[in-house]
Amino acid sequence: MKGVAITGMGIISSIGNSVEENFISLIENKVAITRIENISTVHVDVIKVGEIKKTNAELIEELELSEDNNFSRTAMIGAFAAKQAVQNAGITSINEFRTGLISATSVGGMDMTEKHYYNYFKDPELVKYISCHDGGDVAEKIAEELGLKGMVTTISTACSSAANSIMLGARLIKNGKLDRVIVGGTDALAKFTINGFKTLMILSDDYNKPFDNNRKGLNLGEAAAYLVLESDEIVEKQNKKVLARVSGYGNANDAFHQTASSENGDGAYLAMKKAFEVSGLKPSDIDYINVHGTATPNNDLSEGRALLRIYGDEKVPDFSSTKPFTGHTLAAAAAIEAVYSVLAIQNNVVYPNLNFETPMEEFDLEPQTATKMKNIEHVLSNSFGFGGNCSTLIFSKSE
Amino acid sequence: MKKTYINGVGCISTQKTFDTVFLEEAVYNQNDTILSIVAPVYKDFITPAAIRRMAKGVKNGIVASALALKDAQLENVDAIITGTGLGCIEDSEKFLKNILDNNEEFLTPTSFIQSTHNTVGAQIALSLQCKGYNFTYVNGAVSFESALLDAKMQIEENGANSVLVGGIDENGEYTTSLFKLMGRIKQDGNQPYDVLNPTSTGAVFGEGASFFVLENEKKDTSYAQVLDVEIKNTLEENEIEGEIITFLNANNLQISDIDAVVLGLDGNITFDSYYKNLTENAFAKTPQLYYKHLSGEYDTASAFALWMAAKVIKTQEIPEIIKVNSVEKPTYNTILLYNQLNGKNHSFTLLSK
Repeated sequence: MKGVAITGMGIISSIGNSVEENFISLIENKVAITRIENISTVHVDVIKVGEIKKTNAELIEELELSEDNNFSRTAMIGAFAAKQAVQNAGITSINEFRTGLISATSVGGMDMTEKHYYNYFKDPELVKYISCHDGGDVAEKIAEELGLKGMVTTISTACSSAANSIMLGARLIKNGKLDRVIVGGTDALAKFTINGFKTLMILSDDYNKPFDNNRKGLNLGEAAAYLVLESDEIVEKQNKKVLARVSGYGNANDAFHQTASSENGDGAYLAMKKAFEVSGLKPSDIDYINVHGTATPNNDLSEGRALLRIYGDEKVPDFSSTKPFTGHTLAAAAAIEAVYSVLAIQNNVVYPNLNFETPMEEFDLEPQTATKMKNIEHVLSNSFGFGGNCSTLIFSKSE
Repeated sequence: MKKTYINGVGCISTQKTFDTVFLEEAVYNQNDTILSIVAPVYKDFITPAAIRRMAKGVKNGIVASALALKDAQLENVDAIITGTGLGCIEDSEKFLKNILDNNEEFLTPTSFIQSTHNTVGAQIALSLQCKGYNFTYVNGAVSFESALLDAKMQIEENGANSVLVGGIDENGEYTTSLFKLMGRIKQDGNQPYDVLNPTSTGAVFGEGASFFVLENEKKDTSYAQVLDVEIKNTLEENEIEGEIITFLNANNLQISDIDAVVLGLDGNITFDSYYKNLTENAFAKTPQLYYKHLSGEYDTASAFALWMAAKVIKTQEIPEIIKVNSVEKPTYNTILLYNQLNGKNHSFTLLSK
């Protein structure tokens, strides 16, 4: 099948404040995993993160928000990326067609909640931040910034959230419910998630090494990315440039454990299988796989096994995790990786899986470790989250 | 295109909505600002060890979904889709307080894990061993309608023959105190809290878990067909009637075809006019129903409304306690639900026999 047209993209991550900056970092191996600066935490000397080096004050200024705004950091970076995407798609009148916003977040406004939690009763000026805790408040803020009045909703399925928002957006276009939809996700770093992942003992104290035998866990990151999907009618009518297409998608549940993936990667396998069914493509049609590859012992083993099951006797294509560049950006991960997938198609490039040294002993599977130029027609991108939530997206070159 | 039928329901709410016929024991509490659920006997559904471990929302979600499956005479489904405003907020509170009180030390992961918004959907999948599609929506007052719309699309796309769809929210003590501070929940001391004749801002708050089994097949035991669901983020007060007419027209219906309208009236004097314009004008000759005086206001309270509307169509009876006006119809075959919160997140849901 032809797939749903992507006509615009916007992104902010630790490796850049625009699509162009992110791409340059990816092909020039500019890693941005550092000590944390914007949040005070007792873990500052232990953990490394993919942090956007803009303070809230700087973001407020760039977004031209009023002084009495109650934006969480998640909403700020979300609005930043969504505005870019809309501009990139050349949209000037946002409500001209049936336009929706499907956002994704896992922490929502937790960054403000954790900062002010006990002070709300002491300082009336802070009370405005209570309502921004709500995950839906982020999409609300972005919609307001865009002037979008139509369908707005938010998906929160942990680290697969943005994949699911892209999936829903594509389905809404295909089913004729919307003409145009802005899809993606945003998550800011927060003490809450840092400590949550710390208690689960899956944070690395070093640079994350996906698919390496000696991997020690993940680095958290923060980011936001949004893509504009449009119906073929609008694309034709407005003679729009199509960056790439969402050709396949699938979601399945591992139904194994609340936070761990099953040994055989059942959920991941089923998600990929469904995505192939929707796209009508065969596994051998894929030129590059942007794996979830969080570099936790559990994820990479489970995902690797699922890939081997999908490919069977065939060779697994070039694959890499881009999380050594950005860290794991949770609900935004699948959105930034969707942008990277589209860039891979546009520029015919496979990104390197940095920090890889030693193949895993459980199987014969090695990621692509150096930047590689080759023709890319189809990219598969995996994203998995807590609660066994497994999602796969397939992006294809537009004819 | 396949049609979507409600074939099973399960509701845990601030009223006795299980082990009863239809709200015959319902109580209209006008004295409290926060209502708590009438708890089911959890041990009939969940092992004692799991009961101790599980968050309130998870337990209620598991019981409500089990009731819905039993009602639909199904063992399993092809997809599970949930909506929640704040997820298991008690666990979020607990984990955050531990971080702040103990300076990020001595933490355990359980409450962090349960604070993830998709916990309820995931736990149901785990207990049913359901490996199908599993989504969770978190968008204030349209969290549940987002899930319902998705479920309907799954059935229409042939992605699923059966879907478990539900709305879950729980009260957390500190969060409700913050909601009182910011005015979302009514202040104490302004009793009685009369939802139809409000005198103050904010709302009486509640919690609950309502689940539905949707299938692409009509059965003798079916409650209703879900004709359409629409979500609109922003509408001016004077745009609502027009929006409803357009929505009905898209389904080949007019206001006069509606046998009952279910409104999200929550006793907030500031936003009451969003509904009053409809009750006094377009729907003046239509039986009008309300529910938040029974369920309390919360992000997924509209799932309680769907439970109520489905029951009305199936039983063809309207309990006195949910009537806004005295208009009656010989049959109740087509019902419109309209909800919004503070002028945002409008949803329109259309059911038919």
